[in-house]
Amino acid sequence: MPITIDEVRHIARLARLRLTPQEEQRYAEQLSAILDHAARLSSVDTSSIPPTATVLPFPSPLRPDVIRPSLTQDQALANAPAAEGGLFRVPPVLES
Amino acid sequence: MSDLTELSLLQAADALRAGEASSAELTRACLDRLAAADGRIHAFLALTPERALRQAAEADRRLAAARRDGDTLPGICGIPIAVKDVLCLEGVPTTAGSRILEGFVPPYSATSVARLEADGVVVLGKTNTDEFAMGSSTENSGYGVTHNPWDSDRVPGGSSGGSAAAVAARMAYAALGTDTGGSVRQPAAFCGVTGLKTSYGRVSRYGLIAFGSSLDTVGALARSAADLVGLYASMAGPDGRDATSAPEPVPQVILDGSVRGLRVGVPDEYFIEGMQPAVEQAVRRAVDVFAGLGAQVRPIHLPHTDLALPVYYLIAPAEASANLARYDGVRFGPRRGGDDLLTQYLSTRGELFGPEVKRRIMLGTYALSAGYYDAYYGQAQKVRTLIRQDFDAAFAEVDLIACPVTPTTAFGIGQHGDDPLSMYLEDVFTLPANLAGIPGIAFPVGFDGEGLPIGMQLNAPRLAEGLLLRAVDAYQRVTDWHTRRPAEA
Repeated sequence: MPITIDEVRHIARLARLRLTPQEEQRYAEQLSAILDHAARLSSVDTSSIPPTATVLPFPSPLRPDVIRPSLTQDQALANAPAAEGGLFRVPPVLES
Repeated sequence: MSDLTELSLLQAADALRAGEASSAELTRACLDRLAAADGRIHAFLALTPERALRQAAEADRRLAAARRDGDTLPGICGIPIAVKDVLCLEGVPTTAGSRILEGFVPPYSATSVARLEADGVVVLGKTNTDEFAMGSSTENSGYGVTHNPWDSDRVPGGSSGGSAAAVAARMAYAALGTDTGGSVRQPAAFCGVTGLKTSYGRVSRYGLIAFGSSLDTVGALARSAADLVGLYASMAGPDGRDATSAPEPVPQVILDGSVRGLRVGVPDEYFIEGMQPAVEQAVRRAVDVFAGLGAQVRPIHLPHTDLALPVYYLIAPAEASANLARYDGVRFGPRRGGDDLLTQYLSTRGELFGPEVKRRIMLGTYALSAGYYDAYYGQAQKVRTLIRQDFDAAFAEVDLIACPVTPTTAFGIGQHGDDPLSMYLEDVFTLPANLAGIPGIAFPVGFDGEGLPIGMQLNAPRLAEGLLLRAVDAYQRVTDWHTRRPAEA
């Protein structure tokens, strides 16, 4: 099932990726080829097969809910491209 | 000793314990070798020579004290190694091979690296990788390709290609890698070294930059199985900082040189049309060596093997698309411009992720999107169960599975061009172990007509890494493929 350019644009928007027109064209072709290969999965009868989300034979453990040392605010902000007043600085989300 | 880099890890450890060489000397020898060879190979993205020499000096103090007091230190104390650049090292730039993490300096170390450093290992630097470990050649690195030390026109494999090349070219005694779909085993095979992929959960993923969280594992590469034992023993075991860390204790690995009585299954499905004949011949000869050592070899079936590729290339991109949502130019890495937050997200991610990473994010987002989830991601998770059941059934009858690592030896740089599917097919023999969460090991079993190394793979049940190391060590006691080194490097 071929992926259309419109679908590529929709997915790119969901994934927060700006693509060039050349990239849109290339990904439409390549994703179509990969999904075409994956189509063979649909012929497998899995009606009685449970999905595998993890291979671990035990449930996720829970740790005690107690306060422990963690990164300092300065450490957490050290890699930020922009920080101010102990916060990550970003452009406006909404117009003022 | 003329050239310390010619020693194996275990020989170097013996020299340290006997006081015949110092960790500082081993470290300088590796750094000299690096300076001479890495301009051509480009195995490393960052070197940490001053930090390494400080660690070496500390290791030498510990070794001297142990000699004086008759104490025992971990065998890896003072050994210089390389670390794949997807594992965080506190205070050392870590990029995952991506421009989107350029300049990132982690405030903590990965548990795997921290445990090795606590045992006295010296870290020489960070090795090249396909961006976010997505690839089979290191061609997807944002910082240039690594060249195979056996033939510089060929890839070293990937994604742990820098680590494999560093070990093959004698720049480090061992290196850490990670394996989500074959990224330790395939480069080990292409570079003629021994690479261990651990069971899912056996080595903590804390501090490993996430790609596919249900598949990611930490492993190591060295010149032999015996050289890997100390690294594995140091890294493996429960870690409270990784909720998927296996709680089981790690048994001591015993190398007794014996495979007598072990049942070794050879799956028909791994000998496919289009395989390079030299690879099949070398693998079958190696199976005969195991039989000659007393192993009981028998054919087995893993009937869903051909479905591993489509299952993997839906599940891994789906998990990657979620994991890589965090790279948005807000908390780390560079930022690309925008007057509002959405524009900043679109530009930062669109400009700084490479083509393969964007392709996988797109594929994963599609597979998880409304209307397609059940048909793609949901169905892939169910077929993943069938692949696991194949292995469960096989391991009811055999102790080990023997098979090729790759259909061919190292391919040429640029050979797969812009054809992602043909590149994905390179992983066809390594993906199943990740989907099942079982361990695997790749080791050299010969060379093709062009002098390129051929690897073979053993798989074992979950948490049976010790059995893999013991079996490969037994093979390496009676063969010498693992001692060959590239001529130029």
